[in-house]
Amino acid sequence: MLAALAAVPVLIALAVRLSSRDPGPGQGPPFLDRVSQNGLFIALTGMVVSIPLFLPLTVSVAAGDTIAGEAGHGTLRYLLAAPAGRVRLLAVKYAAAVVFCLAAALSVATAGVLIGSALFDVGPITLLSGDTISVGESLLRLFLVACYVGLSLLGLAAIGLFISTLTEVPVGAMAATAVLAVVSQILDNLPQLEWLHPWLFSHHWLGFADLLRQPISWDSFAANGLLQGGYIVVFCGLAYSRFATKDVLS
Amino acid sequence: MSGALPATELAIETTGLTKRFGHQTAVDGIDLAVPHGSVFGFLGPNGSGKTTTIRVMLGLAAATSGYVRVLGQDMPASLRDVLPRVGALIEGPAFYPFLSGTANLQRFDTADRHASSATRRARVNQALDRVGLSHAAGKKVRAYSLGMKQRLGIANALLMPRELLVLDEPTNGLDPQGTREVRSLVRSLAAEGTTVFVSSHLLAEVEQICTHAAVMSAGKLVAQGTVDELRRVGLAHVKVQTPDTEDAGRVLQRLGLAPEPPHSNNDGGSTVRAPLADHTVAPESIVAALVAEGVRVRGFAVESSSLEDRFVALTGEGFDVVQ
Repeated sequence: MLAALAAVPVLIALAVRLSSRDPGPGQGPPFLDRVSQNGLFIALTGMVVSIPLFLPLTVSVAAGDTIAGEAGHGTLRYLLAAPAGRVRLLAVKYAAAVVFCLAAALSVATAGVLIGSALFDVGPITLLSGDTISVGESLLRLFLVACYVGLSLLGLAAIGLFISTLTEVPVGAMAATAVLAVVSQILDNLPQLEWLHPWLFSHHWLGFADLLRQPISWDSFAANGLLQGGYIVVFCGLAYSRFATKDVLS
Repeated sequence: MSGALPATELAIETTGLTKRFGHQTAVDGIDLAVPHGSVFGFLGPNGSGKTTTIRVMLGLAAATSGYVRVLGQDMPASLRDVLPRVGALIEGPAFYPFLSGTANLQRFDTADRHASSATRRARVNQALDRVGLSHAAGKKVRAYSLGMKQRLGIANALLMPRELLVLDEPTNGLDPQGTREVRSLVRSLAAEGTTVFVSSHLLAEVEQICTHAAVMSAGKLVAQGTVDELRRVGLAHVKVQTPDTEDAGRVLQRLGLAPEPPHSNNDGGSTVRAPLADHTVAPESIVAALVAEGVRVRGFAVESSSLEDRFVALTGEGFDVVQ
């Protein structure tokens, strides 16, 4: 799955490189028009393109599989009889999902930087605030963006963990989680539901622009962290209350 | 009955154990008493509640009511202390098909916090060796036959020295050689002092390896005790092979026995069977009486009842098994 994610910036880079005309300003996904001047923008474009569907989809697969996958294989009963301990098993499974979220975001960023520097010129970047930063500094900013995106997905991973404790069919848990990710984004786009928007786990998904200003504004990072933390507490708690007493009959 | 033993000597003890799923009662108030050091056969037709009982015993499912004590401690309250001392094969083996046999066992061993990682490799190899799977240790489990998976499941139960082994249908899918190996494995484990709890519907199996047994039927425990005790409850039969079935039947009736209708053999003769209550008539006097009446006796035998007779008597015949 990480390889599939890494393929996104590679595809974008190849498309831009091989097409004869540069995309004009405002055409295509954000930052695409800057790519041919500075390869580092491939990483940002890849990130923006992956956030609405591709990243949540892979995270849904990883998180939905956690408990339901073991139940589906029948290995859950052997893990619990080992005994792995139900709380410990949940903790390990969620930790693995967290690692996946961060690795997913980082692999998009890394693949973007690598292919961008291979196919295009790389140079200092002009930030949204107008300041220019060096290549090293921009790599650091990219790393921060990847961390922000990885963090954004933790709430979704917690939801996936909870759904995964409800079923023995991993595909069901994966699909349900992915559907929720899409529904949340749709709701976030309906102006009539504005009161709801700050509570949606996808609300801050594209809000990493603050990391591309000088000086860095950490407000959105903190707001996002708080929101995701809330989702983690609620849904890991639900997963615990469900799983701790569940009859394992698979 | 072994239930009279003091509680400390029981490896597994359940009191009024009941498990309901919605309106369906899978296990209905059973009182199991599995003595330490025994090889305990847990018998019952498919769907009689054996596996559900095992799941509750191992803390995978919660009892609706009743108590379970395993190795002298309450379950599931003492689950963390008890389960590392228990090896289990539950409702068939289950593995990650994309991992090798060794990798699967290592993963399950890692799940047990009490298992030392320093000795893991050696213990995994030893367990594989014990079930004769060393040659396939590196193969993906996807490529294993049913019998090999079953053995790997038993190897998983043997990763640590165990005080109690719970084996649910251990010989399922094994060929005759494999079945014999499992039998000798169970015997050698029992000789080391491990209590072995084997659930099965293969009666010949249980009769050969078990010291104690219990019979489940439709969620209830209908019999429990040593295998000899269970067998003794059933009646012995006398079996007379003779062409003179009518005369033989008359003689048996005169002696106070109730002969069953004769059925003919391939060799032209027939067999007359009659239940023989304990010590009412000496078998030799039956033969003497038959010969004195001029019955041509071609064969005579006293057959003690098998566990199978007892099992069928308790749980019903053929597909009419109580559900």
